[in-house]
Amino acid sequence: MSDTTALKKSETREPLFHIAKRADIVWWKAWLIRLAALAASLIVCAALARALGGIAPLAFFRSMISGAFGTKRRIWKLFYELAILLSISLAVTPAFKMRFWNIGAEGQALIGGLATAACMYYFGGKIPTPLLFVVMIAASILAGMIWAVIPAVFKAFWNTNETLFTLMMNYVAIQLVTFMINFWVTSGSGTLPPMSEYALPTIGSNAWILNIIVIAVLTVAVYIYLRFSKHGYELSVVGESENTALYVGINVKKVIIRTMLLSGALCGVTGLLLVGGTDHTISASTVGGRGFTAIMVSWLGRFNPIFMVLTSFLLAFLGAGANQISNDYKMNGSISDIITAVILFFVIGCEFFIQYRIVLCKNGKEGK
Amino acid sequence: MLKKVLSTVLALATVLTLCFAFASCNNTETPAGTDTKDPAQSGTEATPSGKTVKVGFIFLHDDTSTYDKNFMNGAKEAQQALGLADDQIIFKYPVEEGKGCYDAAADLVDQGCNIVFADSFGHEEWMIKAAKEFTDVQFCHATGVKAHTEKLANYHNAFASIYEGRYLAGIAAGLKLNEMIAAGKFKAEEAVIGYVGAFPYAEVVSGYTSFFLGARSVCPTATMLVDFTNSWYSVDAERDVAETLISKGAKLISQHADSMGAPSVCEQKNVPNVFYNGDTMSTCPNTYLIASRINWAPYFEYMINCVKEGKAIDTDWTGTIATGSVVVEVLNEKVAAAGTKEALEKATADLKAGTLHVFDTKTFTVDGKEVTSYLADVDDYGDFKGETEVIKDGYFHESEYRSAPYFDLRIDGITDLSKQ
Repeated sequence: MSDTTALKKSETREPLFHIAKRADIVWWKAWLIRLAALAASLIVCAALARALGGIAPLAFFRSMISGAFGTKRRIWKLFYELAILLSISLAVTPAFKMRFWNIGAEGQALIGGLATAACMYYFGGKIPTPLLFVVMIAASILAGMIWAVIPAVFKAFWNTNETLFTLMMNYVAIQLVTFMINFWVTSGSGTLPPMSEYALPTIGSNAWILNIIVIAVLTVAVYIYLRFSKHGYELSVVGESENTALYVGINVKKVIIRTMLLSGALCGVTGLLLVGGTDHTISASTVGGRGFTAIMVSWLGRFNPIFMVLTSFLLAFLGAGANQISNDYKMNGSISDIITAVILFFVIGCEFFIQYRIVLCKNGKEGK
Repeated sequence: MLKKVLSTVLALATVLTLCFAFASCNNTETPAGTDTKDPAQSGTEATPSGKTVKVGFIFLHDDTSTYDKNFMNGAKEAQQALGLADDQIIFKYPVEEGKGCYDAAADLVDQGCNIVFADSFGHEEWMIKAAKEFTDVQFCHATGVKAHTEKLANYHNAFASIYEGRYLAGIAAGLKLNEMIAAGKFKAEEAVIGYVGAFPYAEVVSGYTSFFLGARSVCPTATMLVDFTNSWYSVDAERDVAETLISKGAKLISQHADSMGAPSVCEQKNVPNVFYNGDTMSTCPNTYLIASRINWAPYFEYMINCVKEGKAIDTDWTGTIATGSVVVEVLNEKVAAAGTKEALEKATADLKAGTLHVFDTKTFTVDGKEVTSYLADVDDYGDFKGETEVIKDGYFHESEYRSAPYFDLRIDGITDLSKQ
């Protein structure tokens, strides 16, 4: 350290560090950063739980893990929650890859569920069960597609803002469900009794297994579609640059509409699985905000269905684990929200450190 | 630098792995983590009187909802009264009114509970589903209507004659109106009560009618405006309805919905408020008048004792003032009219003695006529047709043929704004 550089530094008041974009990061380094963020977040959460509820750190982790894995039923339920969240995330991913901000998955899945419930309500017991299943599947997929294609057509032909459009369609779907329930149920109880006799068949010991299997197949299918099919290539070109797409002769309007039809169809299937597979009834909260959580799953998973399995797992685990803590210690539900929020903050925040690096400025020289 | 970061990261990762490993080790040792349904494995000590009890509670919301908080307090009170350990009382919330309720019930059975209780009307179908599957576990459900027609040995309904509590609260409200009339704040014929209802169910109709009859028993010119939020818990909707009612001339507000929406509006606008399921003395000291509440502790003690002693739980259990289930909360002397305390004491004694009936057919008319016969929809088969004669000996027999209310007559003097 020479006197001249020290003098120069004090004159120009150079900052202590600056941020530089990483050219490329080795996969294991990226995962180390993620793991470190997760560890740090858990430590912060344990400290918070200690401060707010006097929960010992070890008991905190035990409670969280028991909430997710404590019994065979809880494990199944965890994988079921993972599957449903993944299913909606798969649905929004092709649209996101195309840079079409479909935040209407909640409504698209809900309307698929409503179509399923309507079929069960009107045709249940009146047509043979196998035929009913065919009608349910067709109706739910169609309903999801209609809900998704309306904003797509407007975007493709008149360049309307798809973010607002798809968001508004959610509220239309939610109100429609509330309206239909009040139409079907005249007692004013506001709940439609389960129509379990017309539900999709159960595989094995519980109603969750069928959904898990269907969604596992869909995950592989979407992965192949995005990675290896011509459609998948076309939609990512449209996402990268519409002009390039036009130049190479891709029909952009067609790709937008086609991709959203697929997005809607997948949401419709999710609605079918939720209503026909497990719930056997519908309410405005059947999808339960998963349509919005799916956006995070898809982004965190970098639009890769395989990574999305991991991010869905993380969110499903957090949901079950954080709730268990509030129940075990008879604490207000806010504690589970706080825990979930802290962990997500770290996990999302660490992506910054994967994209960028902090360069310390030492005596005018850049250090690593 | 990189080395430093790497080593910190690795150290953190190791700590994390250890944490997880340790936690999961411990976890496998807890019997609750196993998949067996044997209550003997629950790890709790057997009570000297007999069977080990472990009670699982399913609540719709957490304790920010006054409705659910009231149940939670009842559970804690019963736990203390019976000297149960903390791990004999398991809470689960928030539990939706859907398949999630069945999942929660099954999870409680997995944890070794031999009684599962649920607190919300919409939980019923799913509790019945669970009751059919886990026949050696008792399922108790508040506000439900199907136990007496389902005829399952292990499924039970419970409620309380809260209409008596609301009638008493109504007396306090009527006296307050009288006081305001006497002070010249408004004319006798302007004594309008506003009521914020959740849904137009029998439970709510029974509630506002008994409140109104209580008020009119002391303030004969009182009338009532009712409107509904179509939700059990919505701060905004309850606030909006309360504001509308006040703007339409309501001089006093009461509600049957679970948030602080209506009382907070009343405190802002200085309108007396009659609360439900707790008291708002501390948050609304200038307008809180009185409140009625169902105390669930007596029922919880009853159902736990039944299981301990191996006795059958009543299919329908209706708590009363006498059982301590119907409670009138602390009266705000600052707001209440003079003589309220004495009037309440007298009415309470009359209700207990059976000389006073809330739904005395001489005290109200429907379409200008006295009601002499009414078939209520007690058996809920989804047909919405009345089949049980409920008017005998000159009064409407509420909560006698099943625990949940079925009074759904729309009496004169009450205007339903949702029907206009």
